[in-house]
Amino acid sequence: MSTTSENKREISQILKTLEDRDTNVVVEDPLENYMVLNMGPQHPATHGVLRLLVKLEGETVVDCIPEMGYLHRGYEKIAEASTYMEFIPHTDRLDYISPIANNVAIALAIEKLAGVEAPPRAQYIRVIGAELARISSHLMAIGAMAMDVGAMTVFLWAFREREKLYDVFDLLTGVRFTTSYTRIGGIAQDMTDETKHAIEGFIDEFPKYQLEIAKMLNRNRIFLDRTVGVGVIDGETGLEIGLTGATLRASGIEHDLRTFSPYLVYDQLSFDVITEKEGDCFARYMVRMREMLESVKIIRQALDKIPQGPIKVDMPKKVLPKKERVYTKMEELIHDFVIVNDGINPEPGEIYSAIEGSKGELGFYLKSDGSGRPWRLKIRSPSFCNLQALPLLVKGQMISDVVAIIGSIDPIMGEADK
Amino acid sequence: MKEKIEEKLRAAFGDDILAVVEFKDELTVEVKRERIADACKFLKEDPELSFNYLSDVCGADMLDFEDLSSRKSYLAVEHEHRPEQVPVGERFQVIYNMISLKNRSRVRLKVKVDGENPVCPSITSVFKSADWYERETYDMFGITFEGHPDMRRIYMPEEYEYYPLRKDFPLMGVPGSIPLPRK
Repeated sequence: MSTTSENKREISQILKTLEDRDTNVVVEDPLENYMVLNMGPQHPATHGVLRLLVKLEGETVVDCIPEMGYLHRGYEKIAEASTYMEFIPHTDRLDYISPIANNVAIALAIEKLAGVEAPPRAQYIRVIGAELARISSHLMAIGAMAMDVGAMTVFLWAFREREKLYDVFDLLTGVRFTTSYTRIGGIAQDMTDETKHAIEGFIDEFPKYQLEIAKMLNRNRIFLDRTVGVGVIDGETGLEIGLTGATLRASGIEHDLRTFSPYLVYDQLSFDVITEKEGDCFARYMVRMREMLESVKIIRQALDKIPQGPIKVDMPKKVLPKKERVYTKMEELIHDFVIVNDGINPEPGEIYSAIEGSKGELGFYLKSDGSGRPWRLKIRSPSFCNLQALPLLVKGQMISDVVAIIGSIDPIMGEADK
Repeated sequence: MKEKIEEKLRAAFGDDILAVVEFKDELTVEVKRERIADACKFLKEDPELSFNYLSDVCGADMLDFEDLSSRKSYLAVEHEHRPEQVPVGERFQVIYNMISLKNRSRVRLKVKVDGENPVCPSITSVFKSADWYERETYDMFGITFEGHPDMRRIYMPEEYEYYPLRKDFPLMGVPGSIPLPRK
């Protein structure tokens, strides 16, 4: 008898020591309390290192606070200490799914500030590169979104196509992933006939595979249930909260910088700006699906129209000379030395230049003090702007819809966190 | 279009428009700090201009800014600390990039912010999207936006003591300013 009562006393003592502030939660009525759930930064559906604090009532999201900065590397500070040329490789690491588009964006911004214009052939190649990057990015967005709602096959199919694209990038730029393809006043290397055939081969085949993905998803009961009517936002609110790119166009706003303020040679190419009215996850998916075909259309026209000619403009004070001339000619050697060490010294002033990147308006604000390094460089990253709308989109949705919504706005944290 | 924007802004704000600069085909309008929210509201709500999309808000630190375009040396020069170059009262700038979807045009507004007491009125009441942009500017430059609903840091940890994009913040960072997690 005595041993059992001793045992009981012991157990109650152990229980008492366990009951301290940290381990003990007093809940009077569990149904009247909100639950706060932490999602990320190491969550597979957050596409990187996005962290969300989600306030739940049952399974319904009441509030959501995104926490940023897990991938903040301070690129804007680095830019102030590097020459304009030196910053181009850093842009690869912003939106690492479509590096060529970022290269094009920074090159256009620097060229605007320095008063340089790339020759037509380089402009066409830039368009081709940027559109290939858009296809690559949209494939990633669609594949990852489909996987988030349970369709593994589409993810693998999308990645098969992206693998082919990486082979094309390899031929075009010499590298698969971090391309650093553009230079001030042109591009790094010319497009060979072999590359041209590879791109033609890809765009001839691609619509077939796009259709395969469309067949898999467009009328898929599970996919429709998970995406139609989920995360709805109307166009006016979208503009107000700063949505951009495909996410904005899915809400019925026809805003595309390629037609809004045509850069490169987009005004000579014919394509449609894709919009959808519904503004839900499915509409965003549809916009991306249809935009890929528009990109194919653009690349085909660009390949037909591309002229022969130089790939770099001849401006010795601003544009790097050819390597073989640097090694053999004195004047080019001097210019190369000055541009690499001192920079291109654009006139003092400030500009803002933006392109329609694969996620939306990718802009660079540059302020120059006349030296070779930017006084201030601001990256206007579309993923950051789109993520701002996330709390609005998930409010009132179910907890399982959060992953579908994140997938549908397609954030890349390398870009959002800078 | 640019003339119209300038004309309309001057008519509505008079002397509160401090400067209008056109550079590389882009219009920059400097507004008095107190009137920035009104100017944004005016540009947004004017039926003819309708700048209904705020593309970006960013800050800039003009500490010791110097025009180097006429220097002789080809070697990169360090900015020397000469305090009289930019007055303390104009150390920071906040820059607003706006888009008019209707007119397919852009405009940039700019305000100067005091270096001693960096405070700027918030425009979140006009554009909701300014919320995060202003938080980012606060995080990087320490410019506090008055009337902002949630003035917190966005990238750096909340207890971080420095503002990384200020010109007097070293490029290599401050050693020990972010404590490592305990083992």
